[in-house]
Amino acid sequence: MRNIWTIARREYNHYFSTPVAYLIAFAILLVVGIYFYLNLEIAILQPGFVPGVEITLGPLATLMMLATPAITTRLLAEEQRMGTIELLLTAPVRDIELVLGKWLGAFLFMATIVALTLVYPFILNQLVDPGIDQGPLISGYLGMLLLCAALAGIGVGVSSLFGSQIAAFAATMGVLVLLWWIVGPVSQVLGMTGGGQIFAYLDLGQHFFENLLWGIIDLEDVVFYLSLAALGIFSGAVIVESRRWR
Amino acid sequence: MIRVEGLTKDYGARRAIDRLTFSAEKGEILGFLGPNGAGKTTTMRILSGYMPPTSGKVEIAGFDVVEQSLEVRRRVGYMPETVPLYPEMTVFDYLKFMADLYHVPDAGARVDEVLAQVDMEERASSYISSLSKGMRQRVGLAQAILHRPEVLILDEPTIGLDPAQIIEVRSLIREIGREHTVLLSTHILSEAQQVCNRVLIINRGRIAAEDSPERLQSALLGAQRFYVRVAGSPEGLPDLLRGVPGVTGVGPGEDGGFEFEAAPGVEARPEVARRITAQGYELLELRPLRLSLEEIFLQLTREDPAAAEYAKQA
Repeated sequence: MRNIWTIARREYNHYFSTPVAYLIAFAILLVVGIYFYLNLEIAILQPGFVPGVEITLGPLATLMMLATPAITTRLLAEEQRMGTIELLLTAPVRDIELVLGKWLGAFLFMATIVALTLVYPFILNQLVDPGIDQGPLISGYLGMLLLCAALAGIGVGVSSLFGSQIAAFAATMGVLVLLWWIVGPVSQVLGMTGGGQIFAYLDLGQHFFENLLWGIIDLEDVVFYLSLAALGIFSGAVIVESRRWR
Repeated sequence: MIRVEGLTKDYGARRAIDRLTFSAEKGEILGFLGPNGAGKTTTMRILSGYMPPTSGKVEIAGFDVVEQSLEVRRRVGYMPETVPLYPEMTVFDYLKFMADLYHVPDAGARVDEVLAQVDMEERASSYISSLSKGMRQRVGLAQAILHRPEVLILDEPTIGLDPAQIIEVRSLIREIGREHTVLLSTHILSEAQQVCNRVLIINRGRIAAEDSPERLQSALLGAQRFYVRVAGSPEGLPDLLRGVPGVTGVGPGEDGGFEFEAAPGVEARPEVARRITAQGYELLELRPLRLSLEEIFLQLTREDPAAAEYAKQA
């Protein structure tokens, strides 16, 4: 546990020592802010429209997905490229602790960005009478953290495969685009057959956009995101271990 | 402290090290000498727990390097070649991070202590990216000794250092070697001579020779060789040298001088000097020739009879 925390803390602090992290956080908060403002304008023009937490979390989910490769590719790929992986692999740390620490560092950074967006529901709560619906607020932010856990898991897993950051970036983006935009339509084409159901289940955004964003906490969705995170972390650990054997 | 038996590592079809067997005791500084690609780094990586061997057994402080890897890693301090560091961290933060990974008690104080030991206290808050190569090397060394390891493995510890730093690092290693077991690789024979108690020469993944550096050098040398140079034209010098009792061979040397060999155990120099001056030559230089490491390698790899014979004995 202690080793995981040591590695996670270094990783988390590292984000704040590079301009890239600030840039990502700034870009995400800016877009979410613009989207938030425009929705308030729409609400004024259309009396029937009452905006909720979804006007923040909706775009945030997609933005986090797009930002994931930039956040996670360096985790193990950079250690590999710079040779610093040799320091970590000769330290008395298990491979799984190393990968878990890396994942936790990235997850905490993503969670920090998510936490900053809490200001929007807070503002909205002041503007809407009698305040916004608390259910979607809780389930939405829980869902967002689960999504980030899965995204970071995929990222750390893919990062362990590469010694080049560009390759790791492209591969992470490829996997995420596939799970975000492609598997959904594929499942619709296949219909509700066995194959179609599997593709529908694999849709990374669906579990969030259909349920968690609207106040529905379904165990299936929670399990989906947690198992994706676990899958990424464990395959990362297996790959790190196998690299020793080359 | 270190026991290595039949250690073999294959990278695909290429055999990097081939049935290495050696050991090192507490308080011993063992030198690994060898040309590039000889298998030094591979051996050190296996001993540090970075990668498992293809076959063979390694025990460090009584723990098996494959079966009890974490126990081994707790007891080994390892400084890889071309010291990998995080450039965006400060020296202190980096060492503190490594100290935490090794569960060093009172890590902050220990980092300060080690920084003083490698003479880097003033750069504690500098970013690693701003350090010179020699300073990075010292940070690497500081990291390796942070957790007071029983075994210290140093891959080319003085590479890239300036002469003053080399002297400092060598004396630091000697100091550490009094209490710990040190295994260091180098390709500089004089370094091995100054620092190590014992030297292993490895070539193409095998141990070519093993002995104390002094004995290694004199044994490989066989007969003693000397260089002599006189002023003016030395036409008659080769014949003069051949006439000295104990001199077994004469040949041309550099800068118009000559090299001669004397039979083992015979001190021919005083007589050579006497005759040279008696013949009216002005003696400018008379010195023993030492084999450089390169020459030793050439001998060992050329299957030179004397060297092969020596390697067999060793």
